Amino acid sequence: MKIIVCVKQVPDTSGKVAVNPDGTLNRASMATITNPDDLNAVEAALTLKEQTGAEVVVISMGPPPAEGMLRELMARGADRAVLVSGREFGGSDTYATSQILAAAINKIGLEDEDIVLCGRQAIDGDTAQVGPQIAEKLNLPQVSYAADIKKDGKTLTIKRMLEDGYMTIKVNTPCLLTCIKELNEPRYMSVSGIFECYSKPYEVFDYETLKDDPLIDATTIGLKGSPTNIFKSFTPPQKGAGMMMEGADKATCEQLAGLLAAKHLI
Amino acid sequence: MSNFNSAAIEEFNGGVWVFCEQRQGEMMSTSFELISEGRKLADELGSKLYGILLGDDVEGLARELGGYGADGVYVCQSPLLKNYTTDGYTKVICDVVEQYKPEVFLIGATNIGRDLGPRCAARLHTGLCADCTHLDIDVPKYKEFLRSSSTLAPNMIDAIKEDDRNLKMTRPAFGGHLMATIICPRFRPAMATVRPGVMKKNEFDKARADACEIIKPEFTLTEADMQTQVTEVVKAAKKLVDLIGAEVVVSVGRGISKDVQTGLKLAEELAEVLGGVVGASRAVVDSGWISADHQVGQTGKTVHPRIYVALGISGAIQHKAGMQDAECIIAVNKNAAAPIFECADYGIEGDLFKVVPMMIEAIKAAKAAK
Repeated sequence: MKIIVCVKQVPDTSGKVAVNPDGTLNRASMATITNPDDLNAVEAALTLKEQTGAEVVVISMGPPPAEGMLRELMARGADRAVLVSGREFGGSDTYATSQILAAAINKIGLEDEDIVLCGRQAIDGDTAQVGPQIAEKLNLPQVSYAADIKKDGKTLTIKRMLEDGYMTIKVNTPCLLTCIKELNEPRYMSVSGIFECYSKPYEVFDYETLKDDPLIDATTIGLKGSPTNIFKSFTPPQKGAGMMMEGADKATCEQLAGLLAAKHLI
Repeated sequence: MSNFNSAAIEEFNGGVWVFCEQRQGEMMSTSFELISEGRKLADELGSKLYGILLGDDVEGLARELGGYGADGVYVCQSPLLKNYTTDGYTKVICDVVEQYKPEVFLIGATNIGRDLGPRCAARLHTGLCADCTHLDIDVPKYKEFLRSSSTLAPNMIDAIKEDDRNLKMTRPAFGGHLMATIICPRFRPAMATVRPGVMKKNEFDKARADACEIIKPEFTLTEADMQTQVTEVVKAAKKLVDLIGAEVVVSVGRGISKDVQTGLKLAEELAEVLGGVVGASRAVVDSGWISADHQVGQTGKTVHPRIYVALGISGAIQHKAGMQDAECIIAVNKNAAAPIFECADYGIEGDLFKVVPMMIEAIKAAKAAK
């Protein structure tokens, strides 16, 4: 049994974000992190590994420096890592990305008892699309927004969150789940894990590795194969600061109440 | 299905479609918002607007959609569609889309819509833009939007060619630091999931509702198509807060950490005096101090209240993305450099535990004096 976890290295958007004059992101100036929801997916895989002895494979599409992130995830307990990287893959939207990752998962080999895990969404694009689209390309059943996973033989019972409650869903392996932060608390790297992570198997899949998969075609990958294109990107105007009020006492509050009343807001 | 999109895009003349999500026989309000927005797009395209409604015994919900602007509703019913499943809904929607070929397909960006949309787009081999906050067809209107909502130079806006007829789907990216407008030029339908609470609902028009056409398309769905099984649907025991529809939102941030219970109680009292509800920043939700339905921001809800009060919220861009369109923003924060003050109409530099009780008294007095 294998658990394949799809992860992404993302710019840390919680800090200062620098924007180039042309409206694109100045990625070079930003720190990169492992996408937060993906850490929950890795943790879920490691928990299942403890229960079942499954092998945990982490896979990411991105530039060569993403190796660092994958080594870190092996230090947390993943058994091996695959980086999908190549110029031909650049500029892919979610559709093209899912084609490529699905082909890479085919290459790793998906068997009857295997599970694919993804984070719900990445904090750079916030699309939540790649997981379901990989599932479609691999013809796997999917359950997204997983907040609890129980495994009994080939059957998984998932608590799938809705805005106003949840559903309980049963699904058989092989299947794909997307994980949310409510699912678990990601563990840290262990000291022995850090020692071992450079001796664990690490592979790079480039275009040559994947090109024979029917999913890989010039018309379905990279910028050219992406159904969506960016028409314009821009920064939103900052709403101008209003009035900083004098003091923070009773008179200040009375003045504020007066202003709200004058504007018929109260 | 795989060669579905070898069809020329001109063949997709089936109008603008909206997936009308219902849960347990109750229409989600975002369906009405999307029908209202879809009406505008259909008018710009000179085409018709249709809802597509799936479920078991849901036909009675269809006509109301007409009242918000739908010319017709495709109603697909089966006991297998009673609860949402990715398999069942994707199969039926893709079958019907293939028959009628819409040019635009909108889906509410709910937890269900964001499961369904990508699966359908992948099967139909078309583009999908997630969690959109603004949609246009006509370029002059899009330019107007850019003039008011972007920092692009006027000459860059003027240079956009006026003949583009693609659906222009605008959404925040990188946590709201950037906005991107996405198009899907080579495939149809152009698909978008749309953030709930952002699009304005039309006035209900009874004559339109009465005139709404009900269409029952053919589709096949059998047990064998279902790879997932819903064994229960549980509604949250607690009534969820209606942040999106609230006139006033009083939100709390990390600033309440000194005394969480008192901080929340003060926010509740202030919300009550102002006739509103309590919201929260992500930090407060992540700390488990309040449930996730209260979260305002990029990963929470987008609110448009008349008054938004930010108590002890520093104002990360992800938070601002969810509240900066409020009519009047009041911020209380101990740190004069907090970014929240950059978008506040009225800022008070002070300790919320001291300021809020005085604020409550002052507002009570001002209301009594009216």
